[in-house]
Amino acid sequence: MPYQLITRGFGDLVERSSDSFGMLVLEIHAECLLEVVSRLRAEFEFDLFLDVTAIDYPERSPRFDVVYHFYSRAHNKRIRLKVPVPAEKPVVPTLTMLYGAARYMEREVHDMYGIEFAGNADLRPILLYEGFVGHPLRKDYAMEAEQPIVPYRQQP
Amino acid sequence: MAMMEYMSTKKDELVGWIRKFSLFPYPFVTACCGMEFMSVSSTLYDTDRFGAALPRFTPRQSDLLMVVGTVSHKTAPILKTVYEQMCEPKWVMAFGACAVSGGFYRNYSVVQGIDLIIPVDIYVPGCPPRPEVVIDAIMMLQDKIASDRHPIFPFENHPPAKV
Repeated sequence: MPYQLITRGFGDLVERSSDSFGMLVLEIHAECLLEVVSRLRAEFEFDLFLDVTAIDYPERSPRFDVVYHFYSRAHNKRIRLKVPVPAEKPVVPTLTMLYGAARYMEREVHDMYGIEFAGNADLRPILLYEGFVGHPLRKDYAMEAEQPIVPYRQQP
Repeated sequence: MAMMEYMSTKKDELVGWIRKFSLFPYPFVTACCGMEFMSVSSTLYDTDRFGAALPRFTPRQSDLLMVVGTVSHKTAPILKTVYEQMCEPKWVMAFGACAVSGGFYRNYSVVQGIDLIIPVDIYVPGCPPRPEVVIDAIMMLQDKIASDRHPIFPFENHPPAKV
């Protein structure tokens, strides 16, 4: 299945498409995400949800990129989706109804970047702990900031 | 009174000598330093020569807590509980750069040295420490135990250790 079939099939849904070391990269709007992913799964057999993560560009607007990777076992192909998200309203729709693996990974991205996944009911901290303030992988999180659970002892 | 003084020093020497050759370590292994810990406690380097080879299965039976590896803020409550479960007398070894000072992890998740949480008796630097350094540290700890006071009688002042 050549990548041109995918880009041609989506037409205007895709903002921009490029090639990254032989892997197709699609940039799409957050509104189109659900449609694109469900069609990727149904028509092009991308049945494996590999990863979701985010990138913080502090001086760019929109500030975040939410990055998805999918894999098609039938065609042995990978695809990457980039969804730009503004800092004022960092919301993308959840993919849990399509891929069960998205539940935990979306929790991690919510921990680290503060991206909201609309529709994911369980966005409790997974790697961080209850009471943690801020999002440590954002570029404006202070590198020295510490939020200990156990109070530090008095140094003699 | 002079008699008492004489007895007291000899008693400390005797108890110190007993204790320094019966260190039962409890390895609190959280990271890659654990591989080096396995190497140092197995045949080639053999910490059994110093009476400190048999890892106990519970902190309640041990008197040397070896914190081997990175301690994150989420692990810190567990480390403190383990330390509090150990009976007196107890000693703590910070094994490796991460346990000593946080190592190269200067970030939101790692405790910058376990001495922020529990008192530490001996620091073993290195990433990971060479087995020779660990053996040297055990010997230094033995010297410390041998030269320490060991209040075992009720009339001796025995305040609980500050945590």
